[in-house]
Amino acid sequence: MTVQQEEVSAVEARQEQQARSVSAATISSLVVLAALVLCPFFISGFQTFQLNLMLIYAIAIMGLNLLTGFNGQFSLGHGAFYAIGAYTAAILIDTFGVSYVWTLPAAGVICFVSGFLFGLPALRLEGVYLALATFALAVATPQMLKLSILEHWTGGVQGIVIRKPKAPFDLPLSQDQWLYFFTLFVGLLLYWAARNMVKSRSGRAIMAIRDNPLAARSMGVNVALYKSLTFGVSALFTGIAGALGAIVIQFVAPDSFTFVLSVALLVGLVVGGVGWLPGAIVGGAFIVFVPNIAEEISKGLSGAMYGLMLILLIYVMPTGAGGLIRTVTDRLTRR
Amino acid sequence: MSAAAPDPLLSVRDIAVQFGGIKALDGISFDMKQGQILGLIGPNGAGKTTLFNCLSRLYTPSSGDILFKGSTLLDRPAHRIAEAGIGRTFQNLATFKNLTVRDNIRIGAHSASSSDMASDALRLPWVGRNEARIDEIVDELIDYLEIGAVADMPVAGLPFGTLKRVELARALASQPTLLLLDEPAGGLNHDEITELGERIKKIRDERNVTVLLVEHHMNLVMAISDVVVVLNFGRKISEGTPEAVQADPEVIRAYLGDAA
Repeated sequence: MTVQQEEVSAVEARQEQQARSVSAATISSLVVLAALVLCPFFISGFQTFQLNLMLIYAIAIMGLNLLTGFNGQFSLGHGAFYAIGAYTAAILIDTFGVSYVWTLPAAGVICFVSGFLFGLPALRLEGVYLALATFALAVATPQMLKLSILEHWTGGVQGIVIRKPKAPFDLPLSQDQWLYFFTLFVGLLLYWAARNMVKSRSGRAIMAIRDNPLAARSMGVNVALYKSLTFGVSALFTGIAGALGAIVIQFVAPDSFTFVLSVALLVGLVVGGVGWLPGAIVGGAFIVFVPNIAEEISKGLSGAMYGLMLILLIYVMPTGAGGLIRTVTDRLTRR
Repeated sequence: MSAAAPDPLLSVRDIAVQFGGIKALDGISFDMKQGQILGLIGPNGAGKTTLFNCLSRLYTPSSGDILFKGSTLLDRPAHRIAEAGIGRTFQNLATFKNLTVRDNIRIGAHSASSSDMASDALRLPWVGRNEARIDEIVDELIDYLEIGAVADMPVAGLPFGTLKRVELARALASQPTLLLLDEPAGGLNHDEITELGERIKKIRDERNVTVLLVEHHMNLVMAISDVVVVLNFGRKISEGTPEAVQADPEVIRAYLGDAA
């Protein structure tokens, strides 16, 4: 074979492999989607509620992934944006009587603006320094929510209790089932938008900044603008998740949004796969179910069990679920 | 000194750059005509890269001006140099290593296209047309630089020579009128350098691109440049055709020392 022939056949083999893995990806996403749609009809109300929380955390992780995975900016403070989203929803419902559906875009807009504004000074910070600044945000948030000046809206330490909405149009769904499908719909919409963005000009620009900011700038990418915008969009996703969380749990209080939440989101991101959007589901499942499993194994040592499972998981899949799936599909399709 | 050419494409006027007390560049002036290949040479530390970084606006000169197509570059931030029509490659590769070759080149077309995050996220109708236009530019460059075989592979792990071509394609994707090449021959073997020289000339002739070349590899510079500018210790010591510059005693002294 001449060099050229070899090159051509290598390209063909590669295209074939890509086509196979694309169809495998389409099939597996359809299977996952079908499972997510059908699940609530076969499980209890509480389990549906848990599955709903998994989706909500997945949305929050997706937001964090856009910032950390795709743009390379670290955040240890995304629990703060989750909290802002949750309180926006709770206050709008409780104080102003707004329908829960409309609290989502409101939470999104408010969190986008907060994220964008936080992103501006954060531009000067890189790596661990940015992580520290966002850590400060996470630590400050619960105390800000307890401030007596804001107590009229936030309810202070007591928080806010809201009512669970019913399924509209007399749909034969329980409240839990309805809210689950509502979250699923919002989540799919956001996933679609995130995917579109990542696969377009602005998505490539933010990844270029992650890989080489200097070269990105010389290609005409406005690095400062894109970094702040990514911070805003990331906060928007996480804020909408927070609003959904408030509606589903029917309660917000300052101590639900401590630094632990921010860390949980980061853990979910790493477990799901940094820079891989569908990994958010795996990360969400980890946040919701693994602490419960740990508690079932040993009540007294649940924290240690959780840690052990986390270490095992990272050992088995050091690049998260995304990396594991990629390795497996590569093995299966390369023949 | 060359006579001031009428209507130069690029005009560097009395540029000075200081780092602390050190004058990295001291009153550099030269003009480039449309369609020229200009070689910028000089011993290590002569200020070539500093000048290069002034042109791509990573540095701001402390005095002097840089005119491109008759208007100053100094009021443009670095990210608006590409849209003015200046593309560049980097001395040590600066590819986006987690992305495919195709995506790297697509980012090169960033300034040649427009969109915003919201439209991209919602896939509004014009986004598809925009992406199609980018892909048209990218496909043509992949053919032109013969990197079709690796187009959909991630950049990480590709051979050095291939990556140099990817960078060239990325720089051309902004459809520049002026191409800045920072030591393109660095790390290439003899055959690859000959090929590179041919390619640079071809790009100038076929794509109507003016080329400013910073290079250590003297044979390459002398073979393809129309004009050579020599820097030493931040000053311009010679300018002219390759033959004239090579015969200039000042240049010989700079490279070989006073003994020669």
